[in-house]
Amino acid sequence: MDNFRHFDLRSAALFLLLAVLAVIPLFGDIFYTRLMTRIMIYAMAALSLDLILGYGGMVSLGHAAFLGVGAYTVGILSLWGVQSAFLSWPLAMLVSMLMALVIGAISLRVSGVSFIMITLAFAQMLYYCFISLKGYGGSDGMTLPVRSSLAGLLDISRHGSFYYLVLCILLLIFFAAHRLVHSRFGMVVQGIRDNERRMLALGFPAFRYKLVCFVLAAGVAGLAGALMANQNLYVGPALMHWKQSAEILVMVILGGMRSLAGPVLGAMALLIAEEALSSYTEHWMIILGPLLVIVVLFGRKGIYGMLKRSR
Amino acid sequence: MHLDPILLLVQGLNGVQLGVMLFLMASGLTLIFGVMNLLNLAHGSMYMMGAYLAASLQQRTGSFLLALVLALPATFLIGMIIEAVAMRRLYDRDHLDQVLVTFGFILCFNELVCILWGPQALFMALPDGLSGYVILLPGVIYPSYRLMIIGSGLLVAVLLYLLVMKTRLGMLIRAGASHREMVGSLGVNIKLLYTLLFGIGSALAGLAGMLAGPILSIESGMGDPVLILALVVIVIGGLGSIRGALLASIMVGVADTFGRILLPPALASMVIYLLMAAILFWRPKGLFSANG
Repeated sequence: MDNFRHFDLRSAALFLLLAVLAVIPLFGDIFYTRLMTRIMIYAMAALSLDLILGYGGMVSLGHAAFLGVGAYTVGILSLWGVQSAFLSWPLAMLVSMLMALVIGAISLRVSGVSFIMITLAFAQMLYYCFISLKGYGGSDGMTLPVRSSLAGLLDISRHGSFYYLVLCILLLIFFAAHRLVHSRFGMVVQGIRDNERRMLALGFPAFRYKLVCFVLAAGVAGLAGALMANQNLYVGPALMHWKQSAEILVMVILGGMRSLAGPVLGAMALLIAEEALSSYTEHWMIILGPLLVIVVLFGRKGIYGMLKRSR
Repeated sequence: MHLDPILLLVQGLNGVQLGVMLFLMASGLTLIFGVMNLLNLAHGSMYMMGAYLAASLQQRTGSFLLALVLALPATFLIGMIIEAVAMRRLYDRDHLDQVLVTFGFILCFNELVCILWGPQALFMALPDGLSGYVILLPGVIYPSYRLMIIGSGLLVAVLLYLLVMKTRLGMLIRAGASHREMVGSLGVNIKLLYTLLFGIGSALAGLAGMLAGPILSIESGMGDPVLILALVVIVIGGLGSIRGALLASIMVGVADTFGRILLPPALASMVIYLLMAAILFWRPKGLFSANG
């Protein structure tokens, strides 16, 4: 009975979504399978950004940098002949996390608007750095010959099996993130977001907690980047362009921040809207831009927040 | 490579010229932030609009100066309209909302110029009389247009200083920055003041775009890289400080230019960001912090 009472519109929507996601590759065109794979990868990136944005209160405008670093790790390893996913994917996470450790240690010395600008600046730094690395494709990026191999366990060169792998990883990350934000660590991070001075007075080293949160989120973004490289069989500097960071930020806000389902819904809504608008007119940004302005000015809660209200 | 002093001098001037352009961008950005506490990412779009307007007006009228005189009030007006339509709703919101709304404006403007002027880049001719070179020292020649940019940038810096520190409007701006309600209750129309100030900031960015027009290709999204450099500048200079913006722009301009001739490309593209990181490491609030 207790479970039944909790069955509100939100959980209904989520279960419906999960059911739809589970069957998409079985029906319909390969186009939709690929589109949904892309959406789920962006959902991971958005979810990881929400860990620092919604739960940690750190407005980062450079999150795509970690996406790019993860993708380039897979790309460069593939160029060197390392195709094993068991090696390159964890390494993609690790390199992203190391990068986040350095960037975070400097950026977290400041807060508020300076933090926004500095994360943006560091992401642009990596963007320009990879553009000038001619050995790894420069501004053209580089193509990957094959998708990573999973030691014969699963052949992800087929779009359908890659789709289910991405879905499983997304669910895994979702539940790990759920445990994380409800753990002691998650509570402390949220406490710091709401009142850093009080948490410091209680004896929590706020800087270290925020840094760990930043690094963990970068690890998830790095994994998303590794999957993105596999999805497109291409890595390029555009992946870490600041507009990419802003787009992930928009996904989080559109879906509703400070929830885990919000970023997933936001990624879905934004990418489907882009897909639909771009098939309608090539100047779809002229519609998306004002839409974004209106959503932020007048609809603060995001999709997931609105589902709760209309219960 | 060998470093001959003439090359160093010319590159130094190039660095100062880039710095002056950055100052035009950064001063408006930091003024708007310092007074209204608004992070305006659409500032780069004003730069782009300035360049596009100047280019098409120069084509119609055939005169660079006339194009400048007409385009400057136009960017001032665009800035005031944006402020009245959207930005004034954002002063009480957090910076995240400001980022999102101004990002929405960037998307709009980037697409708008594609619709109005087409996707291919525009080019502007150098104004008559400034297309040649000037002999600075025996054996040292420098493009006179670039020299004009340096001169006009420094002139704007002086005018801005006089405006903020010596005029009644500047006094109100400074007062409004520290005690908004108090200035408002003394009978000053603070809303109008903010709209004017936003217009001034936009016109400064527009001016930077107009001056950059003849030396860059004018295309959609041209404001974005400059915007990010300007953000780096105001972070280094200290948020809200015009003096800091001037010093930091010249520093960034010179560091970037010399990085490009002295260092390998991958490192050169990182120089100014490393400079920013180093300065923030020792002075987290930047060189001159306006708000303590």
